[in-house]
Amino acid sequence: MLRKILKPFSKFFEFHARTHYRAERHSMGLTIGIIAAAAVGGFVEIAPLFSIDDTVEADPNMRVYTPLEQAGRDIYIREGCYACHSQMIRTLRDEVDRYGPYSLAVESQYDHPMLWGSKRTGPDLARVGEKFSDEWQVQHLADPRSLVPESVMPQYAFLLNTSLETASLPGRLAALRTVGVPYTDEQVANAADDARGQAIPDSDRAYAVEERYGEATNIRFFDGRRDRLTEMDALVAYLQILGGLSDLPRNMQIPEGD
Amino acid sequence: MMERLTVAERQQAMLITAVLALAGLILAIAGRNDPMGVHGWMTLFFAGGLFFVVGNALYAAEPTEDRTTSYYDDPTKVGILLSLFWAVVAMGMGVWVAAQLAWPDLRFDAAWSSFGRIRPVHTSGVIFGFGGNALIATSYHVMQRTSRARLAGHVSPWFVLLGFNLFCIIAASGYLMGITQSKEYAEPEWYADIWLVIVWVSYFVLYMRTLARRNEPHIYVANWYYMAFILVVAMLHIVNNLAVPASFSAAKSYSAFSGVQDAMTQWWYGHNAVAFFLTSGFLGMLYYFLPKRAERPIYSYRLSILSFWGIVFFYIWAGSHHLHYTAVPQWVQTLGMTFSVMLLVPSWASAGNALMTLNGAWGKVRDDATLRFMMVAAVFYGLSTFEGSFMAVRAVNSLSHYTDWTVGHVHAGAMGWVALITFGSIYALVPILWRRESMYSWKLVEWHFWLALIGTVIYVFAMWNSGIIQGLMWRTYTESGTLAYSFTDSLVAMHPYYVARTIGGAFFLTGAIIGAFNVIMTIRRVRQDTHELDYPTKSEAGEPAVPVAE
Repeated sequence: MLRKILKPFSKFFEFHARTHYRAERHSMGLTIGIIAAAAVGGFVEIAPLFSIDDTVEADPNMRVYTPLEQAGRDIYIREGCYACHSQMIRTLRDEVDRYGPYSLAVESQYDHPMLWGSKRTGPDLARVGEKFSDEWQVQHLADPRSLVPESVMPQYAFLLNTSLETASLPGRLAALRTVGVPYTDEQVANAADDARGQAIPDSDRAYAVEERYGEATNIRFFDGRRDRLTEMDALVAYLQILGGLSDLPRNMQIPEGD
Repeated sequence: MMERLTVAERQQAMLITAVLALAGLILAIAGRNDPMGVHGWMTLFFAGGLFFVVGNALYAAEPTEDRTTSYYDDPTKVGILLSLFWAVVAMGMGVWVAAQLAWPDLRFDAAWSSFGRIRPVHTSGVIFGFGGNALIATSYHVMQRTSRARLAGHVSPWFVLLGFNLFCIIAASGYLMGITQSKEYAEPEWYADIWLVIVWVSYFVLYMRTLARRNEPHIYVANWYYMAFILVVAMLHIVNNLAVPASFSAAKSYSAFSGVQDAMTQWWYGHNAVAFFLTSGFLGMLYYFLPKRAERPIYSYRLSILSFWGIVFFYIWAGSHHLHYTAVPQWVQTLGMTFSVMLLVPSWASAGNALMTLNGAWGKVRDDATLRFMMVAAVFYGLSTFEGSFMAVRAVNSLSHYTDWTVGHVHAGAMGWVALITFGSIYALVPILWRRESMYSWKLVEWHFWLALIGTVIYVFAMWNSGIIQGLMWRTYTESGTLAYSFTDSLVAMHPYYVARTIGGAFFLTGAIIGAFNVIMTIRRVRQDTHELDYPTKSEAGEPAVPVAE
């Protein structure tokens, strides 16, 4: 039976074994063979993703992260939140019912790197933005089990007492611009000020943020404190924008009956 | 150890460590306002320490005998000990992170000790620290024996081994300080990545130069796998880590890719880290140590060829099975699934080849725990590759993805296959390397074997259960068409399994500690023994490097 199935391939196997027998006497022959064999798959699967236009949907209204949100994203990465929380709602009924419209490619277009995650020890966060109040987020981050007794999430109270470092933000935005995020010169130059402004409503800085990043930008005392800008401000600002960068998913996936 | 180096080689080593120390100093000054500076100081102390160790013995006696008549095993010995050290540390970390999921207060409220920061210490520590050191050490041993030639060079083997460990130290300490790119299994930042490229290129050059000295016309199977491991890991590492640093005075960088392209690149890397780090390299180990220990030739040369090229060609395509039902285009997902299923053929060809090699030596498997380690490793390799192909099927993946089932699958491979083949190889290798009669205690090897096996089985069963329960709870609907369980309900259901997995991990860790103890006692207590014919010879003379077919 096995012999019969393999028969048509026997010529190929014979040729393959002979070629290999010759190649294994030359270390360079093996090297070239390995590189060639291992290069094909990656090339075929990855290269077209950069050139096929409909890989990523077009959304002219797609927002970029503000400096404060980007700083929060960097904290999210630093603390390894992605190890337990995904940010990718799959095209499955139960996921759409639980978390909201399934994720589109365009939503992570400016995510360097993406944070789709691979494990849900905690729930998906792709659309967690504005699902809970700032107060809830702060309380939950500082002491998760005070709100969800069964939670196994680590507590992050120290974020409330750590001032946000803003001096490096222009450099960060500039690096992001280099890899493809469309920040303007003005946005890069004022990144540190804008980070402060976003957490102090009704100030001159806040108006400047609104001007540079649009009216829809969340400008609030995210951590509830007026006196200083903390890492908690940044992280909550980031969490509250998750799912809010593009309206395309909701527009494309209007629920039945609406 | 210094007595086997000439004065010129010692000077060379001092020059290299001095340059590295200088690089560390530059990093420390540039990054003085950032955790990166700490890495600068660590590099400086690491390189400076080595500089003084070498410098202290600079004018000690030189080697007198002709060095080409023996193998150079000092780096192998150090590599094995480092591997065991990392095993205990990283598996200990694993037990701790596992315990945090069952009892979250074990986090003790420090910033550095949260799950998110210490989990990569566990994964990188086990994969790179334990696995990587074992691969480098055994590859030094295997390439010399199967080539019947001494390592090419006396400084570069040390450079590769110690340089790689510097990378591991920077990686692990960086996570605790919050330095990470967030790319799973490729977390270290740009300066560590650049350093690894330098180390890795030296490793490849060393391998090729040693092969060039060989006294055998053919390159043995194990070397094909080690070569694939070195070459493809270099390719993966360079592409996936392309990034732009936010500044040269801080660790933070941003990936060159975003969104869909980044996800595809990351899982092309991630899955092939499994393929070429955790499979290819360890198959190299299997192909040498299993036939040697069983004193049986590899069952089929043809099968070796087929499975080798099958693995190299098919694996690369499989990464996109991590992205089923996501925003990655459907055609890429389908390709990933198809190749993952096809991958079962070369994977089982390898596992089958290993088990068939043992045909006729089952008595030895029964009596010798070292060989049993390798046999069970081959079985777990077969099981976890089957499971992997199964989970790559889109319909199965819809249930298993994001759950503990994935974690269970990875650990069936990492504990059952990677760790068991490594421990088996170490037990086979240590008496040969240190010229000892046998291991210190064969009873302790038995203990280690059973603890490791029981630990793995408990762990994997716990994760299968929790993963499948989790997946089913998430998708269960009530009769009225609403979701039956909240996320928290599923979390509560996981608790007993998280406790069980911690226990399984603790069993495994205990085994590793016993193993490390046994190795140290072998070196310190067991009598010397001369091993015949363990030196470079022409292939016509002496016994074959590996058992040949009758």
